[in-house]
Amino acid sequence: MKYLWITLIASVFIAGCDSPKEGPTTKGVYMLLDTSGTYTQELVKAQHLINFTLAKLNPGDTFAVARVDTASFSEKDIVAKVTFDDRPSIANRQKRQFREKIDTFVKEVKPSGYTDITGGLLQAVEYLNEAGVGKKTALIFSDLKEELKKGYVRDIPLQLQGFSVVALNVTKLRSDNIDPREYMDRLQMWEERVNAGEGTWRVVNDMERLESIILD
Amino acid sequence: MSLNEIYLLWSESAAISAVIWAVLLVTLTYLARDPMHRMIEAVTALMRNAFKQAADSLSGVEQRLAERNKEVLIAEGREASEHEIEREFERINKIVEKDLAEYPTLHRKISDVVIKLDEDYKHSADVPPEAPGWAKAVDAVAKITTSKNDPMVGDILDSIHGSMEKNHDKTLEEYRHASRERHMLLKKMLPAWRGMNHDLKQVDQDVNALLERAKVVDRQMESYENIIHETDTAKKTLSSSALTQFFVAGFVLAIAIGGAMINFNLISRPMQEMVGGSSSMMGYKVANIAALVIILVEVAMGLFLMESLRITRLFPVIGSMKDSMRIRMVFITFAILFMLASVEAGLAYMREILAQDDAALRASLLNGGDTAAAAAGLSDRWITTAAQMGMGFILPFALVFVAIPLESFIHSARTVLGIMAVSVLRSLSFAFDLLANSSHYLGQMLTSIYDLFIFIPLWVETRIKGTQPKQAKKAKQGFNPLDTQTMEVSS
Repeated sequence: MKYLWITLIASVFIAGCDSPKEGPTTKGVYMLLDTSGTYTQELVKAQHLINFTLAKLNPGDTFAVARVDTASFSEKDIVAKVTFDDRPSIANRQKRQFREKIDTFVKEVKPSGYTDITGGLLQAVEYLNEAGVGKKTALIFSDLKEELKKGYVRDIPLQLQGFSVVALNVTKLRSDNIDPREYMDRLQMWEERVNAGEGTWRVVNDMERLESIILD
Repeated sequence: MSLNEIYLLWSESAAISAVIWAVLLVTLTYLARDPMHRMIEAVTALMRNAFKQAADSLSGVEQRLAERNKEVLIAEGREASEHEIEREFERINKIVEKDLAEYPTLHRKISDVVIKLDEDYKHSADVPPEAPGWAKAVDAVAKITTSKNDPMVGDILDSIHGSMEKNHDKTLEEYRHASRERHMLLKKMLPAWRGMNHDLKQVDQDVNALLERAKVVDRQMESYENIIHETDTAKKTLSSSALTQFFVAGFVLAIAIGGAMINFNLISRPMQEMVGGSSSMMGYKVANIAALVIILVEVAMGLFLMESLRITRLFPVIGSMKDSMRIRMVFITFAILFMLASVEAGLAYMREILAQDDAALRASLLNGGDTAAAAAGLSDRWITTAAQMGMGFILPFALVFVAIPLESFIHSARTVLGIMAVSVLRSLSFAFDLLANSSHYLGQMLTSIYDLFIFIPLWVETRIKGTQPKQAKKAKQGFNPLDTQTMEVSS
């Protein structure tokens, strides 16, 4: 009877401390940075966004930042990647190093001729699936205007089960202002592609709402 | 065939059909009255019996449980009372060992003082000075008849007078000296008297303390006898005491759990540095489990420490250990607790360092590398660091005392749960009893409703039967022996 009581109290205590979560609880974030044409001017915003994401990620989480250029389906386009150590102090050190890499990249980046967003997204899927994280998020910091070099095939169905794809800072192009349908069609096209790949699609132009996306 | 067709089977008119159907149904119902009544009676009797049996069973279980509760209550009360009496006897033993063990020495001391006082008293007795032996010679000289004016006699008398004066002074001096000595002896007796008075007061206090303890033992023995005889007063007192203990111990345990939660939050974060922050086991973070295990180990060590000190009695094995082994266990558990408390203090320090590092990193990431602003608020952080370290060190020792309310809670919970179970069983028994009675009256009600439906044929039946009993009564009255006697008397 006494032991039963002790066990009961211990169980209640354990249950009160935290709620159990099934499967891996770590988060994985892969961020694609559009470096085409005039969009490079927006990279300072992206830098803030990356810093914000770094501040919100926890030990054990995975974070990678890759550029979107002519051919983005490549590991070479990954600017910085890290899986944070289990120990918080080491994770903090890794975050500082990561930020330094991004700062250097933003200073030295050169505009690319083409924009291979699909290739970058495929790379993101591959990377986060390999990382084996619990919650997978692909952030696309771009105007979503895809321009492929001749000969590149990107008409590929996306496999986005368990992925949350978020388009950030989708700026309106000059042509969008002339005919807003272009902008809407562009967003519609990406939404359909992501939904077809069984992923979830969101557009966030207000950066203050990003916190809920990362922490969800 | 539809329902409507069946309804209009007898006539095209709905009203006529209704009347025919009603007559038919009433007739059939009237014919089926007896079997129907028997069926209703059988079903309700079945239900009543089933409910009654369930109520009786529950009542039996309740009585057995109440009896068992009483046994447990009495046993626990007896054990507690025995423990109390044992403690009282230990206290009396200590008084006897500590104070009354010195009684022979004290007695000897008092005897010595009394002997000394007696001797001093004898020495201080007033001895009157002896009368001078030559007074008679002086008297003889004085009676010489030769001549009073004889110068020789006068010289002799002067000489005798002088000698007598000297002798008187000497005797007076000796007497004074002896008196001074006696006074000195009496003065020396004063501290001896005081000492003896003090010793006697001490003896009085010791004896009074012993008498007080004896009164307490008497009271407890009376209570113990009440428990042994299982009197109602004892049962009521024990039940009330168990309920009070249950709530008080529960309240203190809730406070202790709050303290343990604070302790948990204090060490769970820095524990990530030791076991990792992202790995999980059975859905729980390993760091949290590790922190919890440390706290539970502290509580366990606290329990063992309290057991070893014989403050609680949750583990009879520890209580029955040899004293040397028990004392060794006290030191071991205390050493483990001390080490765990030190570890917690270290973890609390680590927590503060991590918090500072996090704050600095966040500031640099979110405020564009402005670490100076983050560092500005860190100058006075040593206070919180010290407070956290202090809490980390003290809380494990505070948790040691959880053992006392836990023991009370466990002991009283048996009684309280027993009382609650008895109440639940009694309520269930009452509910089933109610259902049994309801079933009985339900049967009667259904029979009456059935009869209400066929009241017309029943009325006719009563009217027909009403004439027959009168005839039968008259026939019976014809054979009444009393009537015969009356007839005889009248004739």
